[in-house]
Order: sequence, then structure tokens, then C-alpha cells
Amino acid sequence: MIPPATRRDFLKQSGALIVTFSAAGVVSELEFVTGVAAQGINGNPGTALDSWIAIAADGRVTAYTGKCELGHGLFTAQTQLIAEELSVPLDRVTLIQCDTALTPDQGTTSGAQSHPSNFNTANLALAGATAREALIRLASTRLSVPVDQLSAKDGIVSAASDPAKRVSYGDLVGGRKFEIQLDPKARRKHPSTWTVLGTPVKRLDIPALATGRFEFVHNVRVPGMLHGRVVRPPTVGANLVTVDESSVRGMPGLVKVVVKKNFVGVVAEKPWQAVQAAAKLKATWSAGSGLPPQRTFHDRMRQSPSRDAFTVNSGDVDARLGDASRVVKATYLYPYQMHASIGTACAVADVQGEKVTVWSASQAVHPLRNTMAMVLGIPPAGVRIVFRMGAGCYGVNGADTVSYDAALMSQSVGKPVRVQLSRQDEMAWENYGLAFVIDQRVALDASGTIVAWDYEGWSPTRGNRPGGNAPGNVVTGFLAGFPPQPFAPRTPAPPPQGGFENGSNTAPSYVTGTVGAESGGCGVVKSERVLNRTVESPFFTGPLRSPARLQNTFAHECFMDEIAALVKADPVEYRQRHLRDPRLKGVLAAAAKTAGWDARPSPRPGARRTGVVTGRGIACVLYEGDNGYCANVTELEVNQDTGVIVVKRCVVAMDAGPISNPDGIRNQVEGGTLQGLSRALLEEVTWDAERVTSVDWRSYRPLYLGAAVPVIESVLINQTEGVAMGAGETAITVAAAAIGNAFYDATGVRLREVPFTPERVKAALQRR
Amino acid sequence: MSVFTLKVNGRTHSVDVDPATPLLYVLSDDLELRGPKFGCGLAQCGSCTVNIKGQAVRSCVTAVGSLDGSEITTLEGLGSPENPHPLQKAFIDEQAMQCGFCINGVIMTAKALVDRTPNPTDAQIRQAMATVLCRCGANQRMFQAIRRYVQTSTPRRTA
Repeated sequence: MIPPATRRDFLKQSGALIVTFSAAGVVSELEFVTGVAAQGINGNPGTALDSWIAIAADGRVTAYTGKCELGHGLFTAQTQLIAEELSVPLDRVTLIQCDTALTPDQGTTSGAQSHPSNFNTANLALAGATAREALIRLASTRLSVPVDQLSAKDGIVSAASDPAKRVSYGDLVGGRKFEIQLDPKARRKHPSTWTVLGTPVKRLDIPALATGRFEFVHNVRVPGMLHGRVVRPPTVGANLVTVDESSVRGMPGLVKVVVKKNFVGVVAEKPWQAVQAAAKLKATWSAGSGLPPQRTFHDRMRQSPSRDAFTVNSGDVDARLGDASRVVKATYLYPYQMHASIGTACAVADVQGEKVTVWSASQAVHPLRNTMAMVLGIPPAGVRIVFRMGAGCYGVNGADTVSYDAALMSQSVGKPVRVQLSRQDEMAWENYGLAFVIDQRVALDASGTIVAWDYEGWSPTRGNRPGGNAPGNVVTGFLAGFPPQPFAPRTPAPPPQGGFENGSNTAPSYVTGTVGAESGGCGVVKSERVLNRTVESPFFTGPLRSPARLQNTFAHECFMDEIAALVKADPVEYRQRHLRDPRLKGVLAAAAKTAGWDARPSPRPGARRTGVVTGRGIACVLYEGDNGYCANVTELEVNQDTGVIVVKRCVVAMDAGPISNPDGIRNQVEGGTLQGLSRALLEEVTWDAERVTSVDWRSYRPLYLGAAVPVIESVLINQTEGVAMGAGETAITVAAAAIGNAFYDATGVRLREVPFTPERVKAALQRR
Repeated sequence: MSVFTLKVNGRTHSVDVDPATPLLYVLSDDLELRGPKFGCGLAQCGSCTVNIKGQAVRSCVTAVGSLDGSEITTLEGLGSPENPHPLQKAFIDEQAMQCGFCINGVIMTAKALVDRTPNPTDAQIRQAMATVLCRCGANQRMFQAIRRYVQTSTPRRTA
């Protein structure tokens, strides 16, 4: 199940063929635009069937995917997909994932895009269906039986009328190429007929994980490998003045001090030797650029030059606010948060002139191939990036940056180098999830119905995923001399165009989402204005699980709850009144029903003002505007004396189209909900005048396993007629809002700033 | 540098390292074991946990020079994919992980707990896990796996 270590092993095992090299062109520096956006999140995988599927003489199937396992079960689900579409047993499928020398360029494994990309009617799923139909056609010729009288099972095609007429896949194509293109008309099997996909197949990788046999990127060992350690600047914005190599001369095992512009690292024979040499190395740095005060950071964002864009603007919002029966306003604040992976980032690089192999946990092997070449100053042709799983990343953690670290040091010493970051180096310099300040306003008519929605949100940006052309979007590329993608203020925003695009959930579910002639939103509110303002960030930023969607949904769903409370409506009924999308209405109803929703306005009547009180809250979202429906009913206790919130129960309804693996999606619902809880209650990046101060698990303290956690009940809606949508980022998106709303129900007090720490809770209760 | 003899998972190894070297580095780099993992190097997350004399020990802050020759058990010392230890099997049966990077610390900490306290209460399990970190949020399943193991192993508690 673990992919073979070398290409030679791999070719031996798969029996045949087919190696696809990146179809994506190399993006030149002249085309320096915005990383992933410029290249497309899903890459350019190509349509030759042989680049997706190979069948060996013994009938074993090897499939190649450009979407990788990140701890969410995708390796197993994709293996199920191929077994299903090709009608072979699961254990006859070998899946090769994300290797620039072997697999299709499917861009980045992110944004909950793997199911939309690979489980519908393109790419990997289409390859499976195309291959099955091609095999049946070949069998038809071989057996002289019409195609419509043949069926495939367990890797054998047989005639319905005469079971003796049969031929195996191995006999049909074993070891040879198909030499056909993916057929857009090839028919996927209908979910009602699935026997492998759609079932709770156990994760194929868990036995190795549970017994310490699994090869993480951290476990990659190659002959002659040395160990590197980075030396990052002491403060944000500091530049290297000098490095005193004599400060480490003679240290045991030291191989070399590596310097390239502001990049500094040491290479030693053993990792502990590298750690010690890095700690002892004397480097002189200039003063940093200084950091704005954390306390007033949200206000500062409002005053910074911004790049503005409308998601929607119906043009009549000011008029509706002017003639409204009532106008409601609120402001929501969200901090920077971290990916803070449990294992620090690690990579192994072997740079031999222009021939480079990097074992990396990057979510984006093909894009990384280009930026790696830029960092090393060589052509990309000789660069191979091989994916090996890292610790759960939840977005762009240190996987790309440490790949550059290892490669720069390997290039300098001419030997393979492994680098694993220290906890502090990872936490102080990663691409943080976005802080936000969001102003919400609505106009209500006399009946308490929303007639206009006005959103204005500010969020900071610096860098991003490196994409195919911007290594400076992460810290190592930046230190080595590449700029982050440029930031260009633009005010006022141009009118929205090109259709309704709600990928960041900037528009609430309750508006029509009208751009041009089409309305793509889930709701009924026609008067709508959503203005997004991006400002420059002092820190690197990048996608963190449910990027911007989580923050916006926190603001939308808490605000919706505030309005419902103000007009004394039940929060579920009030949402339903403003929605038109039947599937979003469906998950709301399903979560409420399973939870035994107590239908009444919030707050709970008669609650005491001291001691422990209880409440229930709800939140919902159509993730990315088109990629998975979710609603969460949360029940919690608040200790009003200590300010501690204890979430007791979460009922989470999910509709992500046809379900590939019910236990896999359940695991995602549970994990997303708990990670969302951790972020809502605990997590916040902190800094002083010069540097980030949340650099370990004491200063950035998430939910530990000893904490009391809610019972999480998943309500899965298996929408077999729909398209497959993402499910990895949906549950986390609604968690903070559901907790905030349940807190209000319990106490009658609004929490409008994440995280809901005991201090903040107590302060909010005291203002009551 | 000094030569140390380590007994790990029933085998004896000789390593020549600086006595201050954390045990984790020796296990994962000199012996190439994949169970114990570097998570923080600060004894704050549990990913590096090994069992020594029945105790869950954070190998990232345990100097090789401080060891007294006691047997060290790592995650791979408990069982194999083909023949997992009942505790490992409980985690497999419950599908009690996501990325799996933290699972070494979770299982080795639970192993030490149940060896010491064969029928732990939920509160005792939570207390043992108070300084173990899982970032994927598989908490519910992990506790279920530990309970499953406790229930199935109670009659032969020395397993």
C-alpha cells in the first residue's frame, strides 16, 4: 500500500508502462501573477488514459492520482473509486499519488477540491469508467459477444448468456497501453449499484500508522544523507549582516554553514549536531521592521490601503437602509491562527547539479517543481518532487518552505539533506490563517424580514501558496531573495462581473447572489452589497482549513442569529424564511430534527446570571458557495463564574453529494468540528513589537486530548443524484458560529471576537 | 561522543553519540524507527513517547546519557500490521486517527496507563491524555478505542 521507493521498483511492480510528465508549462517570472490562482487549483492533468491507469499481466491495476492523502482518507477513497469503476477487488488496486515523474498534474490538493475533481465525470473517475468500457469493448472483440451482453466483475469480463465465455483484464491488455483518450461519454456506475465505493472501507494506511510502520516524509532516509537546521532571523523584517563561521568551527559533525541572501542554515552529519551548531552559530542581523500593536490591529486594518472587490452589489443597499423600518449592525473580529501541525515540517532533498529529487509533504508537487527550480536557479526539467505524507497540514503549513530549506542546503553541500524544522521556527514563520474584521448591517421591514444585507470585511495578506511561480510567498523563498506576490491597493472596487463567485463565503447564505442576469446565492434577500477589502499583512498568510470561509461564516451566522433574536424569531425558522436553496434548507432541518431542536427565540428564558447555564445554537453554510452543505446544532454549558465554555453535544448534518466512504466523512465531520471548537475557544497568534510570541504549545495552546469534548453526531445525507462535493472543510466552517449562538442562547450575551477565552467571556458577561 | 548500549523492543543496539543527545534522535535516526516522532522537542505534545519501566517517557527530552539500561519499548515494539497488539487493534477497529502523526503518543501513553491502571475511569484516561495533543480532532474515536481495549483486555491485564 505504501508506494514503492524508487521508480525502478515501481515499474517492476506495475508491470507496464505509462509515465506521464507534467503537462503544465513552466511559468516564467515575467508572468508573475498570483500563485495558485494563476495556475488553477486543479492543474492540467491531461486526458491520455494511460497516464491514469495501467493494467499489468497479472490483472493488477495501478492508478495514478494528482490528489494526495492529507490524513483525511483520500488515499483509501480513491482506491475505492478505482476498484468500483474498474470492477476489481480493492486489494488488486495500487494507487500512486503525487509524484511529478509519475502522476498527472492535478495542481494542489486543497480547497476540498479532490472530490469535485476526481469523483465526478472527469479525471480519475472518468479514467476508471473509460478503462472499464474499453476493456469490455476489447472483450467483445475477443469473445465475439456484443458489448451489451457483457459485464465486468472481479477483473473478468464475461457474457451474460454463457459464463464460460470470459476473459480477464490481464489477458486483454496486461502490460500494454490502452492508447486512447479519456472518453467524456464513458458512464460512471450509478451510486445505487456501488459495492466498494459508498461503503465504510477501513483506511488502508491505518494498520501501518497504528504500528509505527508508516513512512512519513519524516522517515525518508537516503544513502549518504546529512541533516540541516535553519537559522531564521530573530525579528520580522531583519536582514542578515554577517555570519561568523568561526563560532561553530570544529563542532562535532559540522559539514557546512550555508548562506544565501537572508537564508542561513547549517548542515551536519547528525540531526542533533545540526541543532547544536545552529544554536551556537553567531549571526548578526539588522533591526527588524517592527510590528504594529496587536491590541489595535483590527482597527489598523480598517485604516490601511486596501485592495477592494465586490462579491455582489445590487446598487440599492443604501436606499434600502435609508427607508428601512429598522437597521441592525454588528462587528465581528477574528484573529490570526496557525496550521500548527503536530509534526513540524520536514523534507529530504538530493540536489546533484540540475538533477534534483525532493521528498516533500507539499500539497502541490507539480507547482513546487517550478518554484523549486526557481529557488535553485536551474531548469525545472530535472526536478522531481515526490510526495510523502506529513503531519496533518490543514492548508499551506511549512511543507513547501522546508522543501526549499532542504534543497538549498543540499545544493550547497552536494549531498542529500534532511531538514525538520524546530517547533519555534515553524510557528514563528508559517503562513497564518487570516485575521478578519467584518462589519455587518441589515435593513429590516416592518415584519422583521431582512430586505437588505450589507457586508464590509477587511483581511490581511502577504505571500500565499507558492503556486507555480512565487517561491517568495513562503518564508524560505523570501529569505533566499524572492519577493512575495505583489500587493496592489485598489479603491474603489470595480463592479462585480463574471457571475456570482462565493468561494470565500463572503456573501451570506441569505442573499440572492445576483451578478448580471444570474442569481447564484442560496437566499431571498435581493438588496445586497458585499465588499471585501484586503490589506497588507505584517506576517505571511495562506490558506488554513476553510480559509476566509470560516471567518465569514462566523460573522454571517452569528449576525443572522442576532437578527432573529431581535425580532423574537426562532433561529431555525428565521433562517428557513430567508433561504431558497432546498439542500441548505434540508441540512438545517435535518440537524434540528436529530438534535431535538427546542424551537423558540433566543435567549433561553429565565436563565440565571451566575453559575452554570446551558444553551443551544445553530449555524449553516454552503461551503465555497457550491461545495458541500452543512448545519451544526451545538449544545453547551457556560460557567458564568469562571468564563469556561464546555461544549456538550454537536449534531452536524452534511450533504456533500454521493458519499464515497460513510466512515471517512464521519471522521471528517468529527475532526472538523473539534478543530473548529479548538479554534473558536482557544487559538490565537500573538506578537510583540518585533516578533511572534506564540511559538510553542504553551504560548499557542490548542485543545489537548484531556479536554472535555462534545459528543458529535453526524447526520449524513447521501445525495446520490447530485455531484460529489468536498467534505473536509465544511464542518469546521460552522463550528465557531454555532458555539457563539449557543453561548448567546445560554447567557443573552454576544461573543463577537474569536477566540472565546474565559477572560473574554467574563468581560462580555460583566458588560451585561 | 560515547558508546551506549540500548535495549529497544527486545534487541540490543550499540550507538556512539554525544551523551546529551535526546533518545528520540537515536531511535528515529540511528535506529531508523518510525514510531516515535519529533513533534515539538519540548515535551509538550507527546509524539515522541516511548515506554520505559512501564512509564510513558517523552524521548525528545530524555538524554541518552541519562538512561540506565532499561528496556525501551516503542510503538513498533507492541505489534505489527499483520499482528497488532490488542491496543493497536482497537485503534484500527475504531479508525481512531486521521493523519496518524500523533498516534504514537496516544497509544504509548494509553499503554502505560492501562498497564498501571487496568480499569481506568474516563477521568483517569483524560488525565493521562491531558498533555497529549492531536491536531486532527480524532479525540472521540481515540477514547472509544482505549475503552474498547480496556474492556477486551481486562481479564488478562498484563498483556
